[in-house]
Amino acid sequence: MQRAVLSLVMLLGLCGVISAQESTGAKASKFTTGSSDPLINDINQFIRQGWEDNGVEPSEVADDAEWIRRVFLDLVGHVPSGKQVEEFMRDKDDAKRSKLVDTLLADPAYVRNQTTLWTNTLIGRGTPDKTNRAGLEKFLRESFAKGRPWNEVAYDLIAAEGRFDENGAVNYVLAQLQLNPNSEEYVVEATAKTARIFLGLQVQCTQCHNHPFNEWKQNQFWEFNSFFRQALRVDHEKYNPQTGQMDDDYSELIRRNFEGPVYYETRAGLMLVAYPKYFGTELDPGPETNRRLEFARAVTKDDSQKLLAKAMVNRTWGHFFANGFTRPVDDMGPHNPASHPELLDRLTDEFIKSGYDTKKLASWICNTEAYNLTSRFNGKKNEIDNPSNGETALFSHMYVKPMQVEQLYESLLVATSANAAGQGSYEAAQGKREEWLRQFMRIFGADDGEEPSLFSGTIPQALLMMNGPLVQNAISAEKGSYLNEVLSSPSYKKDPDRIRALYLAALGRTPTSTEVKNMSGMMSRYPTPLMAYQDLYWALLNSNEFIVIH
Amino acid sequence: MFNQGMSRRHFLSHAAMGGAAVLGANQFLSHLQLNAAEVSKNQKACILIWLGGGAPTIDMWDLKPGSKNGGEFKPISTAGDLQICEHLPTIAQNMDALSVVRSMSTREADHMRGAYFMHTGYVPNPTVVHPTFGSVVSYEVGTKRQNLEIPAFVSIGNGGMSPGFLGMSHAPFSVDAGGRIQNADMGSMDQGRLMARLSMLETIEDGFIKSNRGEAGQAHKDVYGKAVNLMKSEQMKAFKLDEEKPEVREAYGRGGFGDSLLMARRLVEVGVPFIEVNTLGGWDLHNDVFNTLKNQRLPQLDKGIGSLVADLKQRGMMDNVTIICMGEFGRTPRINQNVGRDHWATSWSVLVGGGGLKGGQAIGETDADGTRIVSDSYLPSDLWATVAYAMRIPLDTVHTSKRGRPMKIANGGQPIKGLI
Repeated sequence: MQRAVLSLVMLLGLCGVISAQESTGAKASKFTTGSSDPLINDINQFIRQGWEDNGVEPSEVADDAEWIRRVFLDLVGHVPSGKQVEEFMRDKDDAKRSKLVDTLLADPAYVRNQTTLWTNTLIGRGTPDKTNRAGLEKFLRESFAKGRPWNEVAYDLIAAEGRFDENGAVNYVLAQLQLNPNSEEYVVEATAKTARIFLGLQVQCTQCHNHPFNEWKQNQFWEFNSFFRQALRVDHEKYNPQTGQMDDDYSELIRRNFEGPVYYETRAGLMLVAYPKYFGTELDPGPETNRRLEFARAVTKDDSQKLLAKAMVNRTWGHFFANGFTRPVDDMGPHNPASHPELLDRLTDEFIKSGYDTKKLASWICNTEAYNLTSRFNGKKNEIDNPSNGETALFSHMYVKPMQVEQLYESLLVATSANAAGQGSYEAAQGKREEWLRQFMRIFGADDGEEPSLFSGTIPQALLMMNGPLVQNAISAEKGSYLNEVLSSPSYKKDPDRIRALYLAALGRTPTSTEVKNMSGMMSRYPTPLMAYQDLYWALLNSNEFIVIH
Repeated sequence: MFNQGMSRRHFLSHAAMGGAAVLGANQFLSHLQLNAAEVSKNQKACILIWLGGGAPTIDMWDLKPGSKNGGEFKPISTAGDLQICEHLPTIAQNMDALSVVRSMSTREADHMRGAYFMHTGYVPNPTVVHPTFGSVVSYEVGTKRQNLEIPAFVSIGNGGMSPGFLGMSHAPFSVDAGGRIQNADMGSMDQGRLMARLSMLETIEDGFIKSNRGEAGQAHKDVYGKAVNLMKSEQMKAFKLDEEKPEVREAYGRGGFGDSLLMARRLVEVGVPFIEVNTLGGWDLHNDVFNTLKNQRLPQLDKGIGSLVADLKQRGMMDNVTIICMGEFGRTPRINQNVGRDHWATSWSVLVGGGGLKGGQAIGETDADGTRIVSDSYLPSDLWATVAYAMRIPLDTVHTSKRGRPMKIANGGQPIKGLI
């Protein structure tokens, strides 16, 4: 019986029947973060309709501690400090949640976090050969800091030409050009990545054959591919008088001559041709056409399909909820219907209307009722809303997601003041960060296409947390470290206060009285308080509760 | 709250009470030790000896005396039905257990692409990362070895490739030739304190698991459980070579490569099904190929592999352990102006043996100059299908990539007929 219900729900979800016509009986939402934007209420109605249609009752609203930790991690990429949590909990303002969202969106850390996320998406965590990661980061940092419209940023990334240090945007396409320029495959990766990242289309399989279960045809892959045929990477070297050898100097992305169709072979061995064509837009295949630029224009200016905006909305929603309206977020189309198609369309239209304002989009989502719910299930009342079991996401509670490696790193710094403990210059700190992230990447996997995440279940990952240098440093209680501060400050004289301070910093919440009692009991067996506190902090930082966003 | 006067011993005995979970593992270990000898005889394993850079197999396994491409070395007879290089005498004595596939044709002559192709059986493809075969074995065989506390795919010397779509839990577990595992060292911390820490951790983790937020909390606890088991495991002794007799260590050759092969044998004995050894590099011999081979690479290779095979035979393990020795490609038959050989994937050789495969054979054939295959040719997918066959992994096994694409094990290759 249970099973039958589940599969029925799944079936309904797959057919995309969650019709969210405004308040066809869905209870009006009482919850508010204090935001006055009327769109928020509309989003809430769409989501509530989905709950009603599926017979699900949402979980409670998350308490302040749970919510502030989540919104910090999602927007600025690290946990809040213990002090920030306490201040937020004390704040009596009814609009404090919407105000915090505004504050975080204005924080330079938001720009840094977006830059990290997008650099990883565009070129992966392991920088491809002869690609200038710092250049791309600079381009993204400036774009996000200025609040540039997403369609303009995308236009630059797709169409850019120039040196990889002077025009950082070229590094996106350069990163995909790693083969021999005479190879038929030279721009295959640029084609597939661009369709996937910017348009939410998975076309890579159609390189060789018509897709078995979506409507994409092989000719469309090669039509897209033909837009990139003028892209050429040029690598420059310079003579090194010390070694007598040629060293890498810089690389650039230029336009080479290409005209006419591209040729491709079907599985049956038939040779066919494809011309540059993006849905309705057909280009002149002559030599004068700047194909990549025209493609960027077609995609980012007046595309009746609105794919660029839709893909961004879906990806952003997925960033906050660990699930987009489709799974995966970058595979959209009739073969993979959205869970909330009307909401997705509405958000897409509003996003375009806002001038592709990515901060607005983030703000809308953070102010929704769904984003403010606890990650606890509401008993049996929403147990079917469990996407990790393959069910359609209904957003009736927050889904737990693992921290990404950068979030973990930054959070460990915040939680332990490890950045303050025994460190020197900015360069030294950056060097340490890079060294740490390198080790992490090796252990956690750096495969960009598959969204590497923590605790995919490996022993080296656990060992790195248990015995690795960062946590060791964090519990060393050196002068300047958070642990040292807690143990030496007059504000934390009593043991329960100290335990409370460590819980707040690591988990963003206060311990229950039972927890204080249990921990005190275990700690009393230690020969010295220092050892006991070190081990408590070790346990907190190593816990499941620390390493997930919930 | 704190009992400052408590002695260390007292602390330990208290702390130990908090670590009851660990006792189970110890009991189970003694059980395991009793059966260790039996287990090692019956469990299938594969040792991949990786010759990074691409070894000149024309100077090792498929010599061309009398040809302009023949080089400086002479062939010698072996215990098998083929000849190999004169600088590999120990291996020659054990060739009854090993064969050479002389007709590999693998088309990828770039280091990265060749390494990928030879490890996975698939050419690189921008849309999917294929698992290296060690990860496939971890996925297919390792998950069934309940008693194994060490990861099922160990890479000695930081080689190996990506587990691809099979996921990081099947990634190569890296150790160096000294058997050191990154971050497994607890420094001076004693077991008692570790247990005290772990009981605090358990309290926090259980609290989160009970808060009913889905499976992530329990999954995290399970991984930590495995990591702790590893840190305390008796099987970690496999990494410690000082238990071996000095004469055994001498026979394998002291230093990186010999130690690695000895460690590989010890890992097989505790049940690890796939070990990649990547501690004898430097095969990218564009210059001075003969001196380098004769004076440096071949003596180490010979001692190591020769002793490994002799040791496995003597222990009755040869029929269960498949050995593959190869790099990303071979090297040009033509000798270049620097007395070196360049990259060559068209016609080259791989050493294969053990695991119940036929030994002493030369499979396939190249022409008198070594530039062309004059028999059936083989791909890496055929090699891995042969290993799968030897390890009793069904050849109709299909894995699914994260994007839902079905992938045949070993890229649908067929076991090499002359070997089975």
